[in-house]
Amino acid sequence: MITKRWSRRRITEAFVKGMMFISLALVAASLGVILWTVIIRGLPALTWDMVTQTPKGGYYMGKAGGVLNAIIGSLYLAGGGTAMALLFSLPIALYLETYLGDSTWGRYVRLSLDVLWGIPSIVYGAFGFTLMLAIGLRASLLAGIIVLSLLELPIMVRAMDEVIRRMPVDLEQAALALGSTKLEVALRVVTRQMLPGIVTAILLAFGRGIGDAASVLFTAGYTDRIPTSLLRPTASLPLAVFFQLATPYPEVQRRGYASALILTIIVLIVSLGSRWMSSRLNKYTVK
Amino acid sequence: MNGANMEADARTTDLNTPTQRARGSTADADIHIEVRNLNAFYGSIQALKNINLEVPRRQITVIMGPSGCGKSTLLKTFNRFLELTDGARITGEVLLDGQDIYGSQVDETEVRKRVGLLAQRPSALPMSIYENVAYGMHIHRLKRNRREYKDSVRHYLEIAGLWEEVHKRLHDPATSLSIGQQQRLCLARGLAVEPEIILGDEPTSALDPISSQNIERRLLDLKKDYTTVIVTHTLRQAKRLADFVVYMYLGEVIESGPAGEVFNQPKHERTRAYLEGQF
Repeated sequence: MITKRWSRRRITEAFVKGMMFISLALVAASLGVILWTVIIRGLPALTWDMVTQTPKGGYYMGKAGGVLNAIIGSLYLAGGGTAMALLFSLPIALYLETYLGDSTWGRYVRLSLDVLWGIPSIVYGAFGFTLMLAIGLRASLLAGIIVLSLLELPIMVRAMDEVIRRMPVDLEQAALALGSTKLEVALRVVTRQMLPGIVTAILLAFGRGIGDAASVLFTAGYTDRIPTSLLRPTASLPLAVFFQLATPYPEVQRRGYASALILTIIVLIVSLGSRWMSSRLNKYTVK
Repeated sequence: MNGANMEADARTTDLNTPTQRARGSTADADIHIEVRNLNAFYGSIQALKNINLEVPRRQITVIMGPSGCGKSTLLKTFNRFLELTDGARITGEVLLDGQDIYGSQVDETEVRKRVGLLAQRPSALPMSIYENVAYGMHIHRLKRNRREYKDSVRHYLEIAGLWEEVHKRLHDPATSLSIGQQQRLCLARGLAVEPEIILGDEPTSALDPISSQNIERRLLDLKKDYTTVIVTHTLRQAKRLADFVVYMYLGEVIESGPAGEVFNQPKHERTRAYLEGQF
């Protein structure tokens, strides 16, 4: 009969497993507490007016009206920034994989992107601001989109790069064996195989973009109005939260939590949507 | 190029059967691939040493030898696949109907279109069964309209013996097929770009016996239209398939000739030892 014994190996395993579980529990609990705080404090103030009205009552931290200006502004900013970043990221990621690979240049580009990824967003904001001064652009939706696209670009490229690097070599060779050019392999096979991962990369960058306050502080400005032009300033949800929470009035602070809740819900919808889309696109990928 | 092909076809009709041809003297045969003074290196390691070889048209040539003897490397020089390996380089010539495929004017994608490859493990492209077959025809713009594509996809799936099994689910992912079916799909996909030559790099080694048999049967059927070069490590498979045999050892061609002669009366000691299973 073989019996269980508390050998050293089993104790080690139990210990490590316990540590892993504690780490997981800590992360899950932090997320839970954040959500709980936002919901408890924000839900009472989350009225229909909050999502359908622009601020009323004199100035943007007003006690009446809503944050529709910031909701629309944020969607414009993050949407525009993500679209612009994608325009550059996909070619960069494909070029990195297809032509640079693991060469010295390839490693240099990846290192640069990692450094860019780590730069605080306020620095992007400040950089954007000097750029705006240089070309004579005022705080506007366009300036915000440009800076957000710069902020999102390294995230998107590196996320795509990691995905593309997991591309099975056999697959590429199979396509080359049929007489494909490298470009055809990149566009017709790699992109196809990597589509679910690419969608995830895009939404990761979108999530970072929509939640960022510091980079749009100087560049997009803030306004009570819904943006109608690329060259006019625009409001954004993170700044709405920031301004509202910074007031001394409890009613306005509650509205700040409601704004945070709206932002969280938008991010949640985007994440769930991307999951759903990835699983649909997964159909043809080679595991 | 068409003119050259027709000329080649005319010569083929006069061709002797392989058994009648004298061993080693392929001078009178219709040579499809000719290898001249070929050397291949991975970095500083020499994988192929001064290879000279003639591959006859519309026959199955089997390259055999122990692991690491360079047989796969030799195969990869026929469709310019060796250059995809970092640090690999070659010297010498590989002539396809007399033209050196390593010439400076040669487009490697055109070479790979003419010389198809059936790999060791099938790798279905991340698309549907239909699109897998249509892919190559699309990139080379071989067909004019949907109708032609549909007909060709069916035609090549039939040749590969897969049509009956998949015609009701052409738009399912290719990965939903079994490994054996995927290998036949790869065969159909390769034939769809209208190659002249089929290379097989141990094309049945990942398959179960029934699927292997199925692939072997296809290759035997296809040799009336295609020049075939197969690398194998199974002696029995070599005996079943080969019209012409090349035996390699440590990067050199030790012996080559019609299958009957090499198998029954090998001229070299090493070949005999290999055939008798001393490796």
